[in-house]
Amino acid sequence: MSTLAQKKGFGAVLWDYLTTVDHKKIAILYLIAGGFFFLLGGLEAMFIRIQLAVPNNDFVSAGLYNEILTMHGTTMIFLAAMPLIFAFMNAVMPLQIGARDVAFPFLNSLGFWLFFFGGVFLNLSWFLGGAPDAGWTSYASLSLASEGHGIDFYALGLQISGAGTLIGGINFLVTIINMRAPGMTYMRMPMFTWATFVTSALILFAFPALTVGLFLLVFDRMFGSNFFDPAMGGNTIIWEHFFWIFGHPEVYILILPAFGIFSEIFAIFSRKRLFGYSSMVFATVLIGFLGFMVWAHHMFTTGMGPIANAIFAVATMAIAVPTGIKIFNWLFTMWGGSITFTTPMLWAIAFIPSFVAGGVTGVMLASAAQDYQYHDTYFVVAHFHYVIVGGVVFALFAGAHLYWPKMFGTMLNEFLGKITFVLFFIGFHLTFFIQHFLGLWGMPRRIFTFLPGQGLDTANMVSTVGAFFMAIAVIILLINIVITSVKNEKVGNDPWGDGRTLEWAIPSPPPFYNFKQLPLVRGLDAYWLEKMEGKKGMSPAEPLGDIHMPNNSFIPFVISLGLFIAAFGAMYRAEHSWGIPVLIFGMLITLGSMFVRSVKDDHGYHIHKEDLEDSNDKGVKA
Amino acid sequence: MKRLAKWRLFSLFAMMALILSACSGKPYLSTLKPAGEVAQTQFDLMVLSTAIMVGVIAVVTVIFFIVVVKFRRKDDRIPKQVEGSHKLEIIWTVIPILLLLILAVPTVSATFKLADVSPMEKKNEEGKTDALVVNVRANLYWWEFEYPNQEIITGQELVVPTDEKVYFNLIASDVKHSFWIPAVGGKLDTNTENVNKFWLEFDGEKAAEADNYFYGKCAELCGPSHALMDFKVKAVPRDQFDQWATAMKDVKEPKQAETDLAQAGQEVFNNSCIGCHAVTPANTAPEAARLAPNLTNFGDRDRIAGILDHTEEDLKDWLRDPETYKPGNKMTGTYGELTEEELDALTEYLMGLKVMEQ
Repeated sequence: MSTLAQKKGFGAVLWDYLTTVDHKKIAILYLIAGGFFFLLGGLEAMFIRIQLAVPNNDFVSAGLYNEILTMHGTTMIFLAAMPLIFAFMNAVMPLQIGARDVAFPFLNSLGFWLFFFGGVFLNLSWFLGGAPDAGWTSYASLSLASEGHGIDFYALGLQISGAGTLIGGINFLVTIINMRAPGMTYMRMPMFTWATFVTSALILFAFPALTVGLFLLVFDRMFGSNFFDPAMGGNTIIWEHFFWIFGHPEVYILILPAFGIFSEIFAIFSRKRLFGYSSMVFATVLIGFLGFMVWAHHMFTTGMGPIANAIFAVATMAIAVPTGIKIFNWLFTMWGGSITFTTPMLWAIAFIPSFVAGGVTGVMLASAAQDYQYHDTYFVVAHFHYVIVGGVVFALFAGAHLYWPKMFGTMLNEFLGKITFVLFFIGFHLTFFIQHFLGLWGMPRRIFTFLPGQGLDTANMVSTVGAFFMAIAVIILLINIVITSVKNEKVGNDPWGDGRTLEWAIPSPPPFYNFKQLPLVRGLDAYWLEKMEGKKGMSPAEPLGDIHMPNNSFIPFVISLGLFIAAFGAMYRAEHSWGIPVLIFGMLITLGSMFVRSVKDDHGYHIHKEDLEDSNDKGVKA
Repeated sequence: MKRLAKWRLFSLFAMMALILSACSGKPYLSTLKPAGEVAQTQFDLMVLSTAIMVGVIAVVTVIFFIVVVKFRRKDDRIPKQVEGSHKLEIIWTVIPILLLLILAVPTVSATFKLADVSPMEKKNEEGKTDALVVNVRANLYWWEFEYPNQEIITGQELVVPTDEKVYFNLIASDVKHSFWIPAVGGKLDTNTENVNKFWLEFDGEKAAEADNYFYGKCAELCGPSHALMDFKVKAVPRDQFDQWATAMKDVKEPKQAETDLAQAGQEVFNNSCIGCHAVTPANTAPEAARLAPNLTNFGDRDRIAGILDHTEEDLKDWLRDPETYKPGNKMTGTYGELTEEELDALTEYLMGLKVMEQ
């Protein structure tokens, strides 16, 4: 990026990124924004652990603690993990299926800017009277009782960024269905593409439930409706259902792409094709499907009665089966392979025991009668950090190291990468393993302090020490990124040497049109097949011709900005006279720019055949 | 190699033993020291599922270490590209299903057992139940316990007889809370719109080990002082419970203070506190009028506000500035500044509110 800046000047680069519709640049935007929110969420996590290091601590006050814990969860799930996953999906999936971009490049950009403005709006709450304080689940009775505008920031911010996610999901679905290169049948798609496909379907069906729930919450809080007020005939438990019908698939939206990244890594660094590919695909689809059948296991103690509890308990246990299939398939991918321990592979290898530990506690939690003890304790906190950190965050670190050369054309330092890995791995287990026991010893979750004399002191201190290891590891990763960017040593198409899928057949980073000629895919691991037959690259599936490309556009940014402004108007409508005008003004910006987009024809442009012939070293080699 | 494996196994068992003995938490709080039928059922399920899960982890770990040690890259050969193995895949699909069935059957049976509250419905001629019923009402940040059969109310400290099933009606009056006595059994939410019902049993011997006091917790985020919404459970043999209930019921009129100081305190109380705090246990007032914990037996209790030690000094600190000790509580600012003399008097009076002679 630095060389680009020198060539074009900072302003030009900034304008390019503000208007880009190129999936690779949008991936970088997601990576930067998601990375920033990840650091923010991590900082909040450190505050939590410092506060809980000793009993009766007063590092933060009770009310502030609730804001921090709410923003930690909300930020990490919606503004860090999901955008970072979207970064890799955007960067890699179109390349893996041999496409020149996603199906709707304009929408791709719109999705990013909606997420970004939603996230900024949510975090501005810190400076405008206090952040949301009812937990990331924002259960209705408490979220309605919460004073100030915190919960309004939560509801409106997530509404805006949720719309972005939904748009992104639809875009990926259409891309995978329609834009696969010749010969790329469904059962030849790389595992990460399959994971993206199933994840996008989950987003399509899960996010509307959140959208509806948030709308009802917004109306209850800002416009005087009573959907969740029992005194007026409403019902708070409906919120719990809305939230978890979205919220449970959400955790699979996070973990399935992580599984996809690890599937790629195990195959690449074992030099072996994925063991049991078709059962892996089947397991992914099954996890996605079952993910919608189990939401009420988050509500075992709500009082649904033994019949519902028993049904949801058994359904939840069933998910362990396809997940187990995946674990064994990964192990047997390595079995008989030729393993090298690169940084991505270290994360992948460490993921297996960490995730299995989180998975088995998931089965324990699924068992309703014993869940009455675990529910809302640190046992649950330990469980979901084992699966989300041990699964998703490990995958994000692994993916960052694996795909850094493909995204930026230069490799992260392996030595520093391994130091990050070791510190984070130790810190992670130190922090969260003991929390299982804290929960069993009777420590509820979401408490801002605890009293001495309950046998919880030492374990909490251990947990806090672990958190510092993770913080240091992340700082080293940042140093690594800076050093790598400054050095900027360029690498070739296949920097790891054992790339199997199409993205490794083209330059790093790829030219903006990705493939000069669409590649012909002859089987699973298309690039590997060609390499094994002694060829240097893919065979083209079409003669060299003009390439149709979309124009850059500033409209997605403006549409999102309009909603961002309107959200302030909606929130302050009741107490300030400027509320309604601002609401209308913001909506006018959004609707106006949508109108411009609709009436102004944008046919894109063509890269001519002759220009492509000049640059022989780029794209597919014939 | 074999010796190494044995040594590993031994250290594993040693670790397990250590975890089970030293690290099972406090008897008044820990779910790993079950003190009653419900907690015991849940503990047994924990042990069963942990055993299955440790088995699974062991298998994965063995394969994992073999793979990582044996198949490191030694040369530049390209390994055989294996598509999969139907036999293996069937094995690791079927075995987990069987393991889950082993866990699912006791899970479902326990889930129904713990939800069986039919004795609450069986009324005798007086329109009361033979089983002991407690109506629990959760409030920002305190607990009310009403005994409908005994027609008494108390707050913050639940008194129950040991070795029999106690049935609970749970509800919240402001936001959602969750009623949890870790050592005695799992939690159940107190919703704002409906009554949740369940039962617990308090084991006499285990209660004695815990000095007859269990800790209770709120387990659902309910606001700033969620962490401080503790309560105590005094579990005593049935005859002592009956004595307590009778002694409570005998308080028909507010107990008159005896010393001069206490009388002054009672005056302060009647001016500043009685609007919210009752000092008679009758459950005649409507719920909406019961704005704060009932103090009939305040002097008998183990904690002030659920969290502070039961001493005069702590009581004065609490009365001076409740906001410091329980941020966001509903008592702050409902009464004027108290002078030191008033505090002394009030403390004397409150500490004298006892129903048990001890």
